Amino acid sequence: MNGVLSSATIVAALALAVWYLLRTALDRAPDRIDLTAAGVLGVLVAVLVVVAVAGLFDGSRPADTATFAGYLITTAGLVPTALILAKMEPTRWGNLILGIGCLVLPVLVLRLQQIASVTGA
Amino acid sequence: MPDQTTTRPGDAALGSGAGRVLLLVYGVFALSASARALVQISTHFAEAPLAYLLSALAGLVYIAATIGLARGGPRGRMIALVSCTVELVGVLLIGTLSVIDAGDFPDATVWSNFGSGYGYVPLVLPFIGLWWIHRHQPTAS
Repeated sequence: MNGVLSSATIVAALALAVWYLLRTALDRAPDRIDLTAAGVLGVLVAVLVVVAVAGLFDGSRPADTATFAGYLITTAGLVPTALILAKMEPTRWGNLILGIGCLVLPVLVLRLQQIASVTGA
Repeated sequence: MPDQTTTRPGDAALGSGAGRVLLLVYGVFALSASARALVQISTHFAEAPLAYLLSALAGLVYIAATIGLARGGPRGRMIALVSCTVELVGVLLIGTLSVIDAGDFPDATVWSNFGSGYGYVPLVLPFIGLWWIHRHQPTAS
């Protein structure tokens, strides 16, 4: 797992989570800026996942490769799913969907780092 | 303000509005609980069969709740109601048992210690789910 990229993703997700929760509290529906920001986060996550997958093919694999792959798939799918659901929900709840997505993402990245740090023989 | 929310119509779908937020959270839990159970059962089932079967049950309950919310209508509402109730009973029962007698639960399930491993979200979620289903009474037509 790339440390800098992971940290950047976590920080970006948490900052966006605060933003989306604020937007929810102000009763605002996701606007173009909200959706674009989520899209940018999605691109960042996609880069992270691609780097992690590439890492599987060169060097040491995590001891629990199956779980690692499962978390990678979930991580890759989370932001796009939240984005689709938020687009379907043009109310304050759309922003809450994005906010929760941004709160779940750091947990997934941290779990990925934990699993990656345990490398098998 | 065009982007401000208005009053929610009585015939709005169960899986819209705040229900769509629940849909995402239940979806995440359906995936994580069942994937966890799958890994546990397929790799080291003999270590703690009871805990792993309960993990699988929890996964199925979350899947059912997600489907009920997404489906909506009288049947979807019933599925969501039953699965949220099972979820509530499950998290309270397993949570209490795991605190009293850790021996039966050598390995964690989603519901162990009232879901402390998942930030207590499994404990709070059924209450929110039941509140939403209750609040979302179908209007007489």
